[in-house]
Amino acid sequence: MSKLEEIWMTVSVGILVIFMVIVGYQTYALGMGPPSHKETIDPQKVEQTAPFDNPGLIDLGDNKYELVMTLEAFAFNPGNVEVPVGAEVEFTMTSKDVSHGVQIPGTNLNAMVLPGHIQKITQTFDEPGEYLVLCNEYCGAGHQAMFTTITVK
Amino acid sequence: MEQAKNVGFKENVLSKLGVNPQDAKISLTYFTISFATLLIGGLLGLIQGLERAGLYSLPGGFNYYQVLTAHGLLLLVVFTATFTIGYQLANLSHSFNGLLLKVRKMIWMGIAFKVVGVVLTVTMIVLGEASVLYTFYPPLAAHPVFYIGLVLIVLGIWSVDFGVFINYRHWRRENPGQPTPILAFFAMGVFVLWFFASLGVTIEVFMIIPWVLGWVETINVMVTRTLFWWFGHTLVNIWYLVAISAWYIIVPKIAGGKHFNEKLIRLVVILLVVLNIPGGFHHQIIDPAISTSIKFLHVFMSLSIAVPSLMTAFAMFYVLEKAGRKKGGKGLFGWFKKLPWGDVRFLAPMIAMIAFIPGGAGGIVNTSNQMNQVIHNTMWVVGHFHVTVGVSVVLTFFGICYWLIPHLSKRQLTPKMNKIGVIQTWIWTIGMTIMAGSMHLAGLVGDPRRTSDTTYAGHDTALSWLPYEYVFATGATLLLIGVIIQVFAVFNMMFFAPKGKTEYPVAEPEDNQPKVPMWTERWGLWAIVLLAVVAMAYVIPIVDMIVNAPPGSPPIKTW
Repeated sequence: MSKLEEIWMTVSVGILVIFMVIVGYQTYALGMGPPSHKETIDPQKVEQTAPFDNPGLIDLGDNKYELVMTLEAFAFNPGNVEVPVGAEVEFTMTSKDVSHGVQIPGTNLNAMVLPGHIQKITQTFDEPGEYLVLCNEYCGAGHQAMFTTITVK
Repeated sequence: MEQAKNVGFKENVLSKLGVNPQDAKISLTYFTISFATLLIGGLLGLIQGLERAGLYSLPGGFNYYQVLTAHGLLLLVVFTATFTIGYQLANLSHSFNGLLLKVRKMIWMGIAFKVVGVVLTVTMIVLGEASVLYTFYPPLAAHPVFYIGLVLIVLGIWSVDFGVFINYRHWRRENPGQPTPILAFFAMGVFVLWFFASLGVTIEVFMIIPWVLGWVETINVMVTRTLFWWFGHTLVNIWYLVAISAWYIIVPKIAGGKHFNEKLIRLVVILLVVLNIPGGFHHQIIDPAISTSIKFLHVFMSLSIAVPSLMTAFAMFYVLEKAGRKKGGKGLFGWFKKLPWGDVRFLAPMIAMIAFIPGGAGGIVNTSNQMNQVIHNTMWVVGHFHVTVGVSVVLTFFGICYWLIPHLSKRQLTPKMNKIGVIQTWIWTIGMTIMAGSMHLAGLVGDPRRTSDTTYAGHDTALSWLPYEYVFATGATLLLIGVIIQVFAVFNMMFFAPKGKTEYPVAEPEDNQPKVPMWTERWGLWAIVLLAVVAMAYVIPIVDMIVNAPPGSPPIKTW
């Protein structure tokens, strides 16, 4: 191995190590890890299982909310939710049928929602407006029609 | 030096024997299937581009997701695999002075399996029984025949796999103490990786078949997803390994240089084979049911692939700079101008290599936790793999056609065909730059992938994506023109170009190179290391997914 190549490889591996340190710092120190909730649920009994037997927005006080939501081909339930500006919303979601994905363009909210698994992700809405909430995993013939909105005002 | 003599001797023998006609027939059959598939797959790609931009709508009875399933499957599984096999077998035949008779039989059997498999899967897609996309995530459940077709495709690959292993062992036994020619070493890497990659998807499909037939009621969704990506991402790196076999060994010869230190080339091949499979996990970074610690481990395991890639980058610049300086290139960049830019056999793989710089950088974004969350399932990802597969891999494949096909068909690459190739390469490059570039940008502002129509009842955010989608369609149009030219070139060189002899451009080592270490040939050991790395990556999460599994999902058809 030539001298130059040794330098190149040392610098390259060094950059990768620094990169890992940054990703690790963000994940563990700043709590920015990806959505990875581990609770499970019977995908054929979602409607009978709490909290999904009663989906909706729960006011936790202090401008904090929990949004219990079910996803199915091709709808979000509940749809067209309204929250006040600055609300911190924890989404608690599961699928009643196939794999779905939830994404709110313009935010970093992006998570897979799979049958049998409960997924959680939190988003603070600081700007008022009507946010588009869409399914970003192919779920069938009507996939393009699977969307709703969250209005922040 | 000894090595150099060996290569020289082999070339002499080959120039007397020429191409083995039976092996040439095998490779040309694969290329015929490959480029017929490219034509259909490319056309389907344009249809999607136009439909998504709202410029065209499919006739009744067909829909976007059917076309998308066919486009993905035909191009990702059929086009690339058949090209890979055709090219790797040609390398093997060239290195070993012809394949064994029984290996040839196994390969023909492989072709038969593959063709039947493809016909079955495609028929199900056309009938609307399998609009499940390339990933076919359960609980989406296609017609059982679709999965049986997939099994046959895998069997087709395995027949070739085992044929290659047998031929390799035979050669080693006939040539004791000698390292295999470097192109054959690459072929071993490709087929070893292919075998272990396809194990994941094979287990998955054997979980699915009893489930779609109703023999078992439910399926574990997370396990099937994970097994899919075991295969799905490794496939990407199989193409990459195929492409770099040309970058390391073929391109330097065309540029008038020598190949890089063979020990390091072999090390890159081994690293790519053993480190690869866990990379699949970064497709599941925002899944539930996998802990953040496991995901963090997988960021590291995915990124480890960057090490052999960066070694490759160094090697290529080293080799090409030397070649350019030998031709009189002066100063810091003078050598760059001396490279044979007018030769399609060089131009196409060179652009492919350059494209790997943004492609690799985008890959680092995709594999890291937080940034993945921004781009997951957006058009960014589609842009990414059109740069990596669509340029880095496919342009290398196209470039190979211009010497390998005339070599096999005992014809010539005429100056006119070279010019057509150069024009094709530029059309392809411009088309992909426009299309993949705008896809990356659209993804950053949230445009989701795999969606037929992203207007969402006229929501403002959604409407902001439309201009990008017109640009996708423009790029896709150029690309279809590129496909048509390429398919024309391939069949012209196969059947109509003037008769003659075309060189097989295999670079030689530089002078005074050390002997190639024989420990690199220990494929049994590399397979064990590969399995150990796979175990490190998969045992904990898969056991967790099985032990803590929710009640499973029944088959569901939502199309």
